[in-house]
Amino acid sequence: MSGEYTSTVDGAAAIAAEQRPAGVPNLVRRRRLRRGGVWAVRVAAVVAWLVSWQLTATYWIDPFYYSKPTAIAARLVDWFTKGTAFGSIWTQIAVTLEEAVFGFVIGAVAGVVLGIVLGRARFLADVAAPFIKAANAVPRIVLASLFIIWFGLGMSSKIATAMVLVFFAVFFNAFQGAREVDRNLVDNARILGASRLAVLRTIVVPSATSWIFASLHSAFGFALIGAVVGEFTGADKGLGLLINNAQGTFDSAGIYAGMIVVTVLALLAEWLISTAEKRLLRWRPPAAGADAQT
Amino acid sequence: MTDPVIELRGATKRFPTGTGGAHTAVRDLTMRVAAGEFVALVGPTGCGKSTTLSLVSGLEPASDGEVLVRGEPVRAIPPGVGYMFQNDAILPWRSVLDNVAAGPRYRGVGKAEARDRAAAWVERVGLAGFAKYYPHQLSGGMRKRVALAQTLVNEPQILLMDEPFSALDVQTRALMQDELLRLWAGTGAAVVFVTHDLEEAIALADKVVVMTASPATVKGVFAVPLERPRTVEEVRLTEQFLRVYREVWDSLRVEVAAAREEASRVG
Repeated sequence: MSGEYTSTVDGAAAIAAEQRPAGVPNLVRRRRLRRGGVWAVRVAAVVAWLVSWQLTATYWIDPFYYSKPTAIAARLVDWFTKGTAFGSIWTQIAVTLEEAVFGFVIGAVAGVVLGIVLGRARFLADVAAPFIKAANAVPRIVLASLFIIWFGLGMSSKIATAMVLVFFAVFFNAFQGAREVDRNLVDNARILGASRLAVLRTIVVPSATSWIFASLHSAFGFALIGAVVGEFTGADKGLGLLINNAQGTFDSAGIYAGMIVVTVLALLAEWLISTAEKRLLRWRPPAAGADAQT
Repeated sequence: MTDPVIELRGATKRFPTGTGGAHTAVRDLTMRVAAGEFVALVGPTGCGKSTTLSLVSGLEPASDGEVLVRGEPVRAIPPGVGYMFQNDAILPWRSVLDNVAAGPRYRGVGKAEARDRAAAWVERVGLAGFAKYYPHQLSGGMRKRVALAQTLVNEPQILLMDEPFSALDVQTRALMQDELLRLWAGTGAAVVFVTHDLEEAIALADKVVVMTASPATVKGVFAVPLERPRTVEEVRLTEQFLRVYREVWDSLRVEVAAAREEASRVG
């Protein structure tokens, strides 16, 4: 009986670590070296890119159109020390973030709830299918213009745009996740005495969670896009306005600088979501090759 | 014979096929299981043994005939039924303890009480040190133990088991069979144990029901006059065991051959 236990449990890894044969530290070192190599090449690529851009923009192409790294850096420094044409950069960031976060939360909640409900209710899903397909086919960015007319230049029109983008991304995954729940798990829970509601709460929602998280990663990016595009279309504050203004004044460095700020925000959000995912889904076996992304 | 806890009278189950026809999984099935009786259903692979369990559990309604549990026709999942599925059905996102506590929780027992009961069962199936582990950290045999505890914690009076140990290696399977007999002894629960392994069937059961090739129906019922308590590895070697084995195998062999022929014809 004991043999059955020791072979597969996590403790086995600890035991293995204690009795490492001589070759293993070598392997660890080699892995570390390899990771160092990966980073070195990454940094080298970025440096090569920036330097070549800087050089060509200085000696060959017109920096008025293409800008150059130093000009962009100077613009960023300028924004963060002296502020932008529309006030402090932090105000712009706060406004865009607020729009994106609200849009994200509302869109994600709506997407998850509707996705799971339709995923479990076959009849409703059949009724709704063509409408959802049609709604998904609408170029949703265009809705930003409509929302400006409906909700005005303030925040709510951007929240609405972000929400619509997030909703569909999350909805389809939640729907699929709720559909692909293991029949066995549901039957087992029912035999154990679970009511319909309990099955939904303890089986369907947790199984759909991995699917939902997969969509949340891209969904915050969509929320930011929605907010920025909304601001682009018409706003009095925000990063989209900043970028739009840069475009209007032929300030290519300003466009790049705005892009960089938005990218950093998206990366930070991605990191937050990954952290939450790791906590919520810690029951999952560690995926093979999980460190490929880090 | 006392009143049976499970009784099938001419039960038939048809499933719609993709092409618009109907596939008959079991037909005209008649059998009885008494309280505290351990019945094994054997038959060729894919003949519809599992369907029989779905009918009794109320997960699938019968197309024809009657399925009675404690004299009542089955319309929903009858109370006091436990079902151990062939595939892992434990929740991967719950620890061993919380998996076992699921049944009592679903049945409205408070969290602390449910965990107490679960802890006792986790210990009884020999997983005391693993209560906090997640299923993916356990071996196949240990996951089966979790499933067994999860089912038994509800103290079912009818225990349905669908090839529960078929995915295990030979040694682990023998261990689990003994474990099952030990845990079942004295509960007074009726067991319907589906398997395609005749040795397993005879080693565990009081009665072996041989089913025909698809569509399945009862071909013969054989009593297993082996004494309890049994140890699976030992009982296998007795003269009596071999006698029963020969007798049942004579009946089963024809069906297995028929199923093979069917499979090669279709495939």
